[in-house]
Amino acid sequence: MAKTTATPNRLLGWLPEESRLTLLYFCLIIVIIVGGWEGLKWLGQETNYSLNLGPVQIGLSKTRDLTMPHIRDIIGALGEPAQRNGPPLIQQLTEAALFTFREAFLGFTIGTTLGLLLAIIFAHSRLLQRGLLPYVVASQTIPILALAPMVIIWSDKLGARAMGVPIIAAYLAFFPVVIYALRGLSDVPDTALELMQSYAASRWTILWKLRMQNAVPYIFTALKITAPASVVGAVIGELPSGIQDGLGGQIINFSQYYVSGPPRLWATNLITALLGIGFFVAVAVAERFVVRWKYADTIFNRIFVDPVINLFVGIPPLFTSRSTDKKKK
Amino acid sequence: MKTIRRFVMLALVALLILGVLPGAVAQDDEPVEVRLQLKWVTQAQFAGYYAALQQGYYEEEGLDVTIIPGGPDISPQQVVAAGGAEFGIDWMGSHLAAREQILQGDGNGPVNIAQIFQRSGMREIAFADSGIETIEDLEGKNVGVWFLGNELPLFAALVANDLDPEDPNDVNIIAQAFDMVAFIEGELDAAAAMTYNELAQVLEFVGEDDEFPIYTIEDLNIIDLNEVGTAMLEDMIYANEEWLAEEGNEDIAVRFLRASFRGWIYCRDNPDDCVNYVLEEGSALGAGHQTWMMNEINKLVWPSPNGIGIHDPELVERTAEIALTYGVIEEEMDEGAWRGDLAQQALDSLVELYPDLDVTGEDWEPAEVEITPGGE
Repeated sequence: MAKTTATPNRLLGWLPEESRLTLLYFCLIIVIIVGGWEGLKWLGQETNYSLNLGPVQIGLSKTRDLTMPHIRDIIGALGEPAQRNGPPLIQQLTEAALFTFREAFLGFTIGTTLGLLLAIIFAHSRLLQRGLLPYVVASQTIPILALAPMVIIWSDKLGARAMGVPIIAAYLAFFPVVIYALRGLSDVPDTALELMQSYAASRWTILWKLRMQNAVPYIFTALKITAPASVVGAVIGELPSGIQDGLGGQIINFSQYYVSGPPRLWATNLITALLGIGFFVAVAVAERFVVRWKYADTIFNRIFVDPVINLFVGIPPLFTSRSTDKKKK
Repeated sequence: MKTIRRFVMLALVALLILGVLPGAVAQDDEPVEVRLQLKWVTQAQFAGYYAALQQGYYEEEGLDVTIIPGGPDISPQQVVAAGGAEFGIDWMGSHLAAREQILQGDGNGPVNIAQIFQRSGMREIAFADSGIETIEDLEGKNVGVWFLGNELPLFAALVANDLDPEDPNDVNIIAQAFDMVAFIEGELDAAAAMTYNELAQVLEFVGEDDEFPIYTIEDLNIIDLNEVGTAMLEDMIYANEEWLAEEGNEDIAVRFLRASFRGWIYCRDNPDDCVNYVLEEGSALGAGHQTWMMNEINKLVWPSPNGIGIHDPELVERTAEIALTYGVIEEEMDEGAWRGDLAQQALDSLVELYPDLDVTGEDWEPAEVEITPGGE
């Protein structure tokens, strides 16, 4: 993201002109996806599900409602109850999403803390870094699907049933943090390091005042990878643990009964994706505030930019608009 | 001297009474915590246990039961073997396989202590216009099965009809997903379906532009593997050998079985209540589908000729034989794989307590359940 460098232009990238373009592209891509989906369905229907191109026959039976429900049906399914006299699906899925988010957030927190600790250790000990980093990398080559049932059983055995899912989420989350934070902690300018050392700064002082400050943008990059990954981890963890309150449980259910209502599974996938995106956006917004010291150090920014950011707290920068950047230029 | 001796005796008796009584009282007051690991997520397949919970039958037996739903990627046997639950629900075939593995690994094996489903709900279904009516007709067709041991009843039936399931020239066996999309789209000529689940899903299918019904039961040819004679036993309750050997645990098992049996009897007589219990647990389940499932599950449990939960040794043997023939187990089933005494004890005491209770369901008649669009 743009905040790693301190140039004012980039910093104001989310303001009008550029962000208007971003928004335009964003909408354009949605239109292309929806149009392509519905267009393919229309083509299937028109050609009786078999496109005849002279020598080549292309089967289009997969465009039927069973495998590709209409977008309007997917959105519509959210408004209808999945169970007779039950709440609308959207309410049910929102509750499930909150449940899964709690697990994911706990996993995210555990994973981030662990990742950061490892990175700090590795940054200070070449020996440990060389010895342990390969195992950290290897840990990510084990398919999480194979590992999840074992984690669930172990945590069950240790009497920490509720921790199984967060542990799986944390397992997916800690890796990017280790790699990025290590880079950020190590990549300090030699001159700065030498200056600190010439003042006889302790390791802790160097860590806190130099390395950590330098690593923050890197860490946020990692967190933006970690946030959606922890949602995926939580959903995967719910499958073998039989937890039915979260999105994983809903996905099992609606895929088992897929034939009975294909749009419901698609709607559930949509909500799961939105949860991941939402978590990402939340981290991105948090980054704007935490990393502000990188660029907010002008009187102008303090007066004009910070209040604007503060005003739009919680709203993705993508959707904010204000004409301050013109003045700035 | 004599008075002293009497005094000592009295004191001892008093001590004994004082010592034993609180223990006995405490046992009555504090329910024993036990956990039941299901084979799959909450659905009417497990209604009897939810009914026993909701009706307070477990509580009456001094048990505090937690029902743990299962899910994909995990077997209930793993959970019970690891001590994550005291009781589990599984099919007999995978039970035998798990037992063999666990015993080889020096663990203590799971034991089938009550056979709840007396017959198999597995069918092979085809559309009526396919001309497939018997196992023989599967020759040269695309036949769907669920693997991981669930394919065996059909394989055994094929072999009995001189068709080699390993030979695509005889019959083209295809691994089937847990939904019926491939069957409805015609990629499979025949598909495995449980009466209580996938069969209903085909009937509940809603076509383009909300057309319903697309398929009725008359549109399907249904091959019943019970009739073919190669069905394997399904849902049963098992516990761990070592756990059962601990003092007092056999008694807990009998109490657990007694309450579970009552739950199943309740669901036979009050299927609608049981459907509601299940729907409360699983907020995304369709009421119509679960009503159908409850009725079909009752057909698998009832009638229980020798009483609910009692094993039919012949069917147990057949299941083990098929499992052995197809390599699910490598050695013959050992004697410890199942025991009928705990279920018998539970049943006998149940009859004693409630002489009017019908524990065989000989006269039970299944209901006619209406198919709803999408199982809603």
